[in-house]
Amino acid sequence: MTTEATLRGWLLAEIPTSKWQARCQRIFIGWLDFKRNPIAMIGFLIILGLVVIAALAPWITTSDGLELHLADRLKPPSSEHWFGTDELGRDIFDRIIWGSRITLYIVALVSIIVVPIGLLIGTVAGYMGGWVDTVLMRLTDIFLAFPRLILAMALVAVLGRGLENAVLAIALTTWSPFARIARAEALTIRNSEFILAAQMQGISTVGILARHVTPLCMSSVTVRLTLDMAGIILTAAGLGFLGLGAQPPTPEWGAMISLGRQYLIDQWWVPTIPGIAILVVSLGFNLLGDGLRDVFDPKSGN
Amino acid sequence: MIDIEGLDVVFGHGKNSFHAVRDVSLRVEKGQSFGLVGESGSGKTTVLRALAGILERVARVSGDMTVAEETLLRHRSQSFRRRVQMVFQDPFGSLHPRHTVDTILSEPARVHKLDRIEQRVVHALEEVGLDASFRFRYPHQISGGQRQRVSVARALITGPEIILLDEPTSALDVSVQAEVLNLLMRLKREHGLTYILVSHNLAVVAHMCESLSVMQNGSVVETMSVQQLREHSSTMPYTQQLLTASLGYDRTAIDAFEEFA
Amino acid sequence: MSDSKLLIVEDLHVTYNTPTGLVRAVSGVSFELGHEKLGIVGESGSGKSQTGRAILGLTATGGTVGARRLAFKGTNLLNASERTMRQVRGSGISMIMQDPKYSLNPVMTVGSQIEEALLIHNRTSKRVARERTYEMLRAVKIREPERVYKAYPHEVSGGMGQRIMIAMMMIPEPAIIIADEPTSALDVTVQLQVLAVLDDMISERGMGLIFISHDLNLIASFCDRILIMYDGRVVEECTAAELEQAQHPYTRGLVNCLPRLDGGQDELPVLKRDPSWLTTPGATR
Repeated sequence: MTTEATLRGWLLAEIPTSKWQARCQRIFIGWLDFKRNPIAMIGFLIILGLVVIAALAPWITTSDGLELHLADRLKPPSSEHWFGTDELGRDIFDRIIWGSRITLYIVALVSIIVVPIGLLIGTVAGYMGGWVDTVLMRLTDIFLAFPRLILAMALVAVLGRGLENAVLAIALTTWSPFARIARAEALTIRNSEFILAAQMQGISTVGILARHVTPLCMSSVTVRLTLDMAGIILTAAGLGFLGLGAQPPTPEWGAMISLGRQYLIDQWWVPTIPGIAILVVSLGFNLLGDGLRDVFDPKSGN
Repeated sequence: MIDIEGLDVVFGHGKNSFHAVRDVSLRVEKGQSFGLVGESGSGKTTVLRALAGILERVARVSGDMTVAEETLLRHRSQSFRRRVQMVFQDPFGSLHPRHTVDTILSEPARVHKLDRIEQRVVHALEEVGLDASFRFRYPHQISGGQRQRVSVARALITGPEIILLDEPTSALDVSVQAEVLNLLMRLKREHGLTYILVSHNLAVVAHMCESLSVMQNGSVVETMSVQQLREHSSTMPYTQQLLTASLGYDRTAIDAFEEFA
Repeated sequence: MSDSKLLIVEDLHVTYNTPTGLVRAVSGVSFELGHEKLGIVGESGSGKSQTGRAILGLTATGGTVGARRLAFKGTNLLNASERTMRQVRGSGISMIMQDPKYSLNPVMTVGSQIEEALLIHNRTSKRVARERTYEMLRAVKIREPERVYKAYPHEVSGGMGQRIMIAMMMIPEPAIIIADEPTSALDVTVQLQVLAVLDDMISERGMGLIFISHDLNLIASFCDRILIMYDGRVVEECTAAELEQAQHPYTRGLVNCLPRLDGGQDELPVLKRDPSWLTTPGATR
C-alpha cells in the first residue's frame, strides 16, 4: 500500500485509537467538506500562494528590492522587469514578493495579539456575568467606538512610527469584535448541561473557561478573523500610505502605493500593482472566511 | 445519608424573582432509591441541582442540607464532588461536543488526582457495556443511548456513593430506556449506590425506587412508598390525578381533571 | 367504522441520497385510513414522521417519494402539482406538530394566524373570519378567546399553544388530521386534556386521524387501530384492543420492555433486534 493510501485509511478509519487520530480525523472530514466549495478553495489557494511566495522569496527574486538603480527608474513592465520599476529604479516584482512577507507578518502578529485577548475578555465576561460582564463589555465598547484608522494614528503618534507600532495599533483597534463574539458564544453555552456537568465534577472556573468554553468559540472567532483580515491589511496599507507604518525603504504594499501615487497617470504600474496585490490577498481572505463559515455551520453537524 | 430541611430556591431579583422551590424537606437512607415526581415547573430538577451545588451562580439557595454527615456549605468540598455524581437528562447536551469520550471520562479522574486514569476509563466503559472502541469517538458519532451510557460512566469514574439522576431516560427510545434502567439497577446493586431519581414518569419511578415525593409548584405534595403508590392509596387529589393520567387515555376520567393552577 | 376510505397508501417509499449512501427512511408502507383514529407507533428512525410528511408532500429536499398509490378521497397525491397540494393541505389534510413553540409564528398574534389559516382556503370577509376564529378557540376549550386572540405565541402555555395549533388546523375543516407527536412536549395531565379536545372534534366532524407517536401506551388507549413501524416498514397492524395479543416479536418486545406502575422491580426484558425483521414481510391483519 502506498503511503497516501495508508494515510487516507488512517484518517477514515471507523475506530480511532488515540486522541490524536480522532482529532486528525475531525479536521480531515472538515477539510473534505471545505474542498467541496470551489469559491472557498480559490480563497484558500490564494492565501496558500501568498505563504509559498513569501517562503520562496529569496529564490524567486533577483534582488532584495532595496537597491537603487536611478538609471532604470520608472520603466514599464518588460521581460526584464515583470512589473516595471518604481521611482527609484527598484524592481517592483521583487518588492511585491518581499512585501508579501511583510503582509504575512502583519497578519500573523495581529492574530496572535487579537485572538487571545478577545477570547479571554469575551469568555470571562460571558461566563461570569454580573458586574464582571458589565465592566469588561464597557471596556470593549470603548475600543469599539473608535474609528480604526484614527485610533491607530493616535497610537502611532504616541508610540512612534514603524511597522511594529502600526501592528500594535491595529491590534488594539481590532480585538473588540472578537470579545463580543466570544462573549456571545459563552452566553449561549454557559447553562448547557455539559457545563453543569463540568461544575458537578468540581472543575475550576479557569478550567471550564479554558477547556470547555474556549474550544466552542474557536469556529466563530476563526471565521471572524479571516473575514477581518482584509480590513486589517487595508488598515496597515492605509497607515503605510500615510507614512505611519512601515518606513522606507521597506517594501510594504501600502507604502508603495503612497510613494507611487504621484505617478498614477503616466506610470500606472507603480501604485497600481501593489494595489492589485492588496486586492487579491484581501479577496483571498474573504473567500477563505466564507468557506470556513460554511464548514463550521452548526447545521452541518460540527 | 441525604437530609434536606427547608430548602428554598429563588431565581432572579425583585419583580422578576421566581420562587422555584418552597420549603422542601426529604430524607434518603443509604442504599435507597428515592424518586422525585412532578410535572414541569414542579421544582423537582431544581431540588436536585440545589443538592448538587450547581445553582450558586444563578439562584439564591437557602435551607439545610446534609450528605453523609457532611453539612453542605455554599461551596461544595472536593470530597463531596467525588462522592456525589449526576446524570443529566439530555444525552445530546450533557457531553461536550468537542471532547472525545476519553477526555470526558478522564477529566474527573484528573481533577480528583486519581491514579491509573487510563485503566479507570476502560473499566468504566466496560461497566456500562461499551467496549474500548468508543474511547476516541466524539459524541456526535455515537447514538443517544450510547451517550447516556457515557454519562453514566462519567458518573462512575470517581467511585461515588450517591448518584443524582435527572430524568435519565426521558429523551431515549423505549427500548433503549429499558437497557439504561437495567444498567442503573445493576450498578446500584454492585456498588451499593444511593440514588435520587427525578422523573415525570410514574412507571419508571415505581420500577426503580422504594419511596418517592410528589412535587407541585415548588412544594412537596406528598411523600409515600412505592407500595402505597401502586395501591393508589394516596390521599392527595393531585397525586391521584397524576396516577390516573399515567394509566393512559380515558375520556371520562379526563373530564374529572382539575386545573391545579 | 365507515367503509369509505379517506386515504389510501400503497407501497410508500421515501429515500434520501446522502454523502454516505442511500438512506431508506420509509420502505414499502401500506395502509388505509377511514373515519377513525389510526396510530403509528415507532422508535426514532422508524420512519413514522417521514410517512406523515410524505403524505402531505412535505418531505425535505433531497428525499424522493414513491408509491404504487397515494390517494386522498380519490385525488392522487403522488407527484401532484404544487397547486393541487396547496389545496389539499389545510382544507383536505392538516398537520399538527410537536412543539407549538416552533410551529406557531412568533411574530404574529394567535388570532391573525388562525384567521390566515381560514382565509387561505375560504373567501370570506374579515369579520366572518374573526367570528369563526373565536368559535374555534371556544371549541378547543380556551376560556377567554378575546384575550388569547390578541396574544402572541410566547405568552401562552404549552398546552394552550397546542390547542391553538388544533384550532388553526381544524378551522379550514379538513377531512384528515395528521398529528406528529402532538403532545410529547406536554405534561401528562395536559396531554390528556389536549387529546380529549382533539378526540371530541374528530368525532363531531367525522374526521380521520393519523396519530404518530413513540408512546405505545398512549396510542393504545387513544386510537382505534395501530400500525407498528420499524426501520421504515410496518411490522404489525392491529386494533388497539388486540395489542396485548400482538404477534410480531418487535411489538411484543416493545410492549414487554416498558416499566409498569403495577410491575415489579425485576430487570426489564430487553428488545433483541433480529435482522430478519428487516426482510420478512410485516403487516399481519
